[in-house]
Amino acid sequence: MNREHIKIKVKDFNFFYGEEQALKNVAMDIYKNEVIGIIGPSGCGKSTFLRSLNRMNDVIPGVKYEGTVTLDGKNIFAHGIDVVDIRRKVGMVFQKSNPFPKSVFDNVAYGLRINGEKNKDVIAEKVEKSLMGAALWGEVKDRLSASAFDLSGGQQQRLCIARALAVEPEVLLMDEPASALDPTATSKIEELIQELKKNYTIVIVTHNMQQAARISDYTAFFMMGELIEYDVAGKVFTNPSKKITEEYITGRFG
Amino acid sequence: MARIKENMIHGLFFLNGLVVVGVLCGIFAILVFTAAPAFKEISIVEFLATVRWNPTSYYKPSYGILSMIVSSLMVTIGALTIAVPLGIGTAAYLTDVASPRVREVAKPVIEILAGIPSVVLGFLGIVLVGPIIARVFGLPNGLNAINGSVLLAVMALPTIISLSEDALNSVPRSFTEASYAVGATKWQTVVRVKIPAAISGIFASCMLGMGRAVGETMTVLMATGCAPAMPRNFLDPVRTMTASIAIELGEVPYYTTHYYALFGIGLVLFVITFLINMAADAVLNKYQVKVR
Ligand SMILES: Nc1ncnc2c1ncn2[C@@H]1O[C@H](COP(=O)(O)OP(=O)(O)OP(=O)(O)O)[C@@H](O)[C@H]1O
Ligand SMILES: [Mg+2]
Repeated sequence: MNREHIKIKVKDFNFFYGEEQALKNVAMDIYKNEVIGIIGPSGCGKSTFLRSLNRMNDVIPGVKYEGTVTLDGKNIFAHGIDVVDIRRKVGMVFQKSNPFPKSVFDNVAYGLRINGEKNKDVIAEKVEKSLMGAALWGEVKDRLSASAFDLSGGQQQRLCIARALAVEPEVLLMDEPASALDPTATSKIEELIQELKKNYTIVIVTHNMQQAARISDYTAFFMMGELIEYDVAGKVFTNPSKKITEEYITGRFG
Repeated sequence: MARIKENMIHGLFFLNGLVVVGVLCGIFAILVFTAAPAFKEISIVEFLATVRWNPTSYYKPSYGILSMIVSSLMVTIGALTIAVPLGIGTAAYLTDVASPRVREVAKPVIEILAGIPSVVLGFLGIVLVGPIIARVFGLPNGLNAINGSVLLAVMALPTIISLSEDALNSVPRSFTEASYAVGATKWQTVVRVKIPAAISGIFASCMLGMGRAVGETMTVLMATGCAPAMPRNFLDPVRTMTASIAIELGEVPYYTTHYYALFGIGLVLFVITFLINMAADAVLNKYQVKVR
């Protein structure tokens, strides 16, 4: 594994919703082409952390942050940084699946079109590739022009993954992508993540300990806005250095 | 007990609805009955399809309102051509692009715009818009269809802006975020995701704006030159249906064919507005975006 290259470096990071502090002094190095699993009890700031990595929190009024998040060495909060560019490089799949009220095809093609791709053949080809990448192609290839809302919940979530893949980001943020899915769809997504790891750096939030243990290379445990433990997944799950981590992963609370 | 209360509330609202429908039917009935005698002397074809309107002629009065219908439609279409893109654009800008400071200033300004009495706008049409149009197009005066269109656009704008804004604001934030997440700019997001998702509300806002424009009287009466002839283009003076009724109803002897014919114009206006609304509804139902 390539532990040379730090893709994202979070340093002294604090985040506030108005007066309420949601992240406290978080520091984390995220290596290229690895899967980072983020675990922790509900409300501990997992989504907030994830959404800070592509500045998605900017859309919420009244938020404040301190500290730095660097992507390939560049601070994404620096003055004059192009947020649009950051978000193109750092793709995101949301906790609740959120396809557009458009056709299956147009959902995936959206990112290509807004980024200036005009060639219909190129678009069609990349849409197919992305849908294959999201393990959805077989199920939708005959109804690409159907409304995305006609798909099942699990298919919609994979469609959102395909939409994120289409613009070929470098990092993929996934917020409990499998929380609303059945075991079959979940295992499909897990396989997919292993596959995607070859080309992407993936940060994934999950509530499911087994899942985190299965898929992540590194695991981060958050509690009440603090990063309690961050280490190789094997270590976190078999021999955590903090007692509270052990209590959480063995299910004694949370 | 709760059941009875529930039923009473239900009944109350049903009654309310009934009153509204009743009033509407009543207006329609009055128009029909007052207009009907006119058609003892005028054929419906003459009324709707001929151009000469000269009810006070001693020898041979004529009652064609085609030029008025065309004038009304022209002024309305002109107004919408200006107000719809401007209104939607402004709404998009205010909801998604403008800073909160700009928004805070713009909101009351738009509300004030909505409150300007139509007679004041008509006055502005005469002293401000008219001279500008005359200058630009090299005309003796600027009281014509385009002047009316500009003023009616100003009247329709606040409606279109604020209702479109509401429609855009009710688009779920998850759509916006999904768009940002693939690297879309604010403008791309509002144009390609939010407006399509809010299209039914935006369309309704335009229809309401159109309703205002079709029915507006004082402004067009003052600013469009009021010549009862078939307009050839937007630089011709026009006289709309509403303006004709307003001008003539005050002076017409009661219970004459002329008097009844004016109600006939009112009826036509009513039917046109009704048809526009029906068409709008049909379009809405057809293109209603499916949202969970
Ligand atoms: N838009 C918001 N405005 C104000 N407070 C918020 C907002 N979103 C989240 N919070 C608060 O920030 C804290 C962290 O929330 P966050 O959504 O990051 O938790 P989470 O770990 O993702 O939880 P879950 O596992 O339930 O998704 C919570 O206390 C929450 O109430
Ligand atoms: Mg969350």
